Amino acid sequence: MSSRAVSLFSKCGSRISQTRGKAHFTFQPSTTLPAGLENLEKTKMNLMQSVNEAMRIAMETDDSAVLFGEDVAFGGVFRCSLDLQKKFGKDRVFNTPLCEQGIAGFGIGVAAAGATAIAEIQFGDYIFPAYDQLVNEAAKFRYRSGNQFDCGKLTVRTTWGAVGHGALYHSQSPEANFTHTPGLKLVVPRGPVQAKGLLLSCIRDPNPCIFFEPKILYRLASEDVPTGDYTIPLGQAETVRSGKDLTLVAWGTQVHVALEAAQLAKEKLNADVEVIDLQTIQPWDEDHVVESVQKTGRLIVTHEAPISSGFGAEIASTVQKRCFLNLESPIDRVAGFDTPFPHVHEPFYLPTVHRVFDAIKKSVNY
Amino acid sequence: MSLFARQLQSLTASGIRTQQVRLASTEVSFHTKPCKLHKLDNGPNTSVTLNREDALKYYRDMQVIRRMESAAGNLYKEKKIRGFCHLYSGQEACAVGMKAAMTEGDAVITAYRCHGWTWLLGATVTEVLAELTGRVAGNVHGKGGSMHMYTKNFYGGNGIVGAQQPLGAGVALAMKYREQKNVCVTLYGDGAANQGQLFEATNMAKLWDLPVLFVCENNGFGMGTTAERSSASTEYYTRGDYVPGIWVDGMDILAVREATKWAKEYCDSGKGPLMMEMATYRYHGHSMSDPGTSYRTREEIQEVRKTRDPITGFKDRIITSSLATEEELKAIDKEVRKEVDEALKIATSDGVLPPEALYADIYHNTPAQEIRGATIDETIVQPFKTSADVLKSIGRA
Repeated sequence: MSSRAVSLFSKCGSRISQTRGKAHFTFQPSTTLPAGLENLEKTKMNLMQSVNEAMRIAMETDDSAVLFGEDVAFGGVFRCSLDLQKKFGKDRVFNTPLCEQGIAGFGIGVAAAGATAIAEIQFGDYIFPAYDQLVNEAAKFRYRSGNQFDCGKLTVRTTWGAVGHGALYHSQSPEANFTHTPGLKLVVPRGPVQAKGLLLSCIRDPNPCIFFEPKILYRLASEDVPTGDYTIPLGQAETVRSGKDLTLVAWGTQVHVALEAAQLAKEKLNADVEVIDLQTIQPWDEDHVVESVQKTGRLIVTHEAPISSGFGAEIASTVQKRCFLNLESPIDRVAGFDTPFPHVHEPFYLPTVHRVFDAIKKSVNY
Repeated sequence: MSLFARQLQSLTASGIRTQQVRLASTEVSFHTKPCKLHKLDNGPNTSVTLNREDALKYYRDMQVIRRMESAAGNLYKEKKIRGFCHLYSGQEACAVGMKAAMTEGDAVITAYRCHGWTWLLGATVTEVLAELTGRVAGNVHGKGGSMHMYTKNFYGGNGIVGAQQPLGAGVALAMKYREQKNVCVTLYGDGAANQGQLFEATNMAKLWDLPVLFVCENNGFGMGTTAERSSASTEYYTRGDYVPGIWVDGMDILAVREATKWAKEYCDSGKGPLMMEMATYRYHGHSMSDPGTSYRTREEIQEVRKTRDPITGFKDRIITSSLATEEELKAIDKEVRKEVDEALKIATSDGVLPPEALYADIYHNTPAQEIRGATIDETIVQPFKTSADVLKSIGRA
């Protein structure tokens, strides 16, 4: 190996060791609350607490609701179900064995029989043993029975996305795997306010939902959250920053990356970037995104999952069809690379602020 | 001859022929083959009573299923049923015997060999056959097909091997949670007995002592593979390990009924799940594309038909015990034939759902979808959210 290569390699190594374990973004608390929530009493909560609060409310308001999954009884590995067993008893909050296919199938049965099932899959990466149950059973139960049966009372909660050290099997964002399956609803919140309202909506929605919780935000994300019982409608995107020059669409953790990139674009390019948090991935809010692109003429979609067949491709395709004559530049996607989620190379893999900023720059200068 | 067929044959040789004792003109006592037990001190009674009313009902029920499945087989050969079709012929005693022991509120979930169960649990013959031909009169108006039919407390057939197993455990949890004195009968075949999710579901069911009856309908073959070639242990009733199990002669409707009654009492008493293995046999191939003769001989099938058929065996018993006469049973046969023939007429002539039904029932409130017509001018937004909406639009609500 040449000395130049060695020095490059060692520089990379030191850069990696400095970056690993740090968040690749800054959490941006919600500046405005969804309509109707502005006057509610609020309390400071992180995302873990808001998820816990949502489940507590769901179980208080619905006697049939049960929560189960690996280790949920003592609070779960991320403590999202802390004290819920104490409050609701062992019949309603209980541990399962380590068997995701069983957990999902069991949840479908519970829901089909009329109880509200909140099933936890400990990591999104572990959802694949349950893939058959979710895609072939949950999603199709209503359809194949001509609406005689359904498992709409099922919500599957699972963790999602990069965490700084999760490597191959504790970092994946599997939402696109499920978007190819009509019958499921898929939701990813960007912070505590959204997590609580969207999770309550999922639990009460009469369709099976998969609720992806960005695990890096569990403790990192803290903001004022309304304390009462509230829901945020599924299927509605939210504009979290207004702009006129370019539309930037993201969901989950990546919304915060997008907001930082938009701020950078304002400072460096004097470009007004509109940032949209999709919130519900399926069914996604086409009209909201289309209206924005008709105004700005430019679109970038950014997500952590690998770029090929990521959900950004679906958004790009739809917008291209509906906004063809409005577009001022090609639609672009900034996403994870087509590799397994890396261990030491996580900082290189992630669609960081700088990668998103580069795409904005290209688009506005096209 | 396969090991399985030899085992079935040995049942006859080892004294399973029923001894009967005349009690009265309307009730007779029979002796059935004892169940094999796993982790149980005692099992179902081997002395069972049968009254005339039940005898005629069981006979009729088994005949309806047999006749209905024969009709389905013919429709398939005529290309009026397309795709997959799995027939239950030979296994009728399992379904009818179990149903005879079930009580109001008990649930059933099964695999894809589900036509007989659908009928037994409340659908009409017309609904079953019309579902197979994809007609509006079908159980799910043609949206489910052969493997997906439903009625109250019948959570359907299931097209994915073994996927119904954890669902059944989930249904049982809901029963326990509601303090119902009911069981969820969760059926699967010897092929699906090797699915990992069965072991996941069994473990959870035992952990929480759920009222679920895991029933392996062992018809000897998982698709084209004999049980002994696919399973290191073919004693499926023991494979729950820590879950007790019983082996039942699935060709004897009375043995099945007694075993199920006993199993139901076991589950209802809060002891948790039970594994049951029904030793049965299917006369047809796995599905219609399988002639069923490449992995077993025609002679083997004929031998089982001759010596172990659940319907002819039962018929002989009730005639020789004077519970019914040959003439009465012939009258039932005639009535059944008529019922199936009437159903066939509808199943082959009824209309199909309009194309707009494609998008119905996907979600609780399915968003309207744009459907492109033959030309761009014919593109429409489909107005229906559910099958019920579609049926209303064609005057079939």
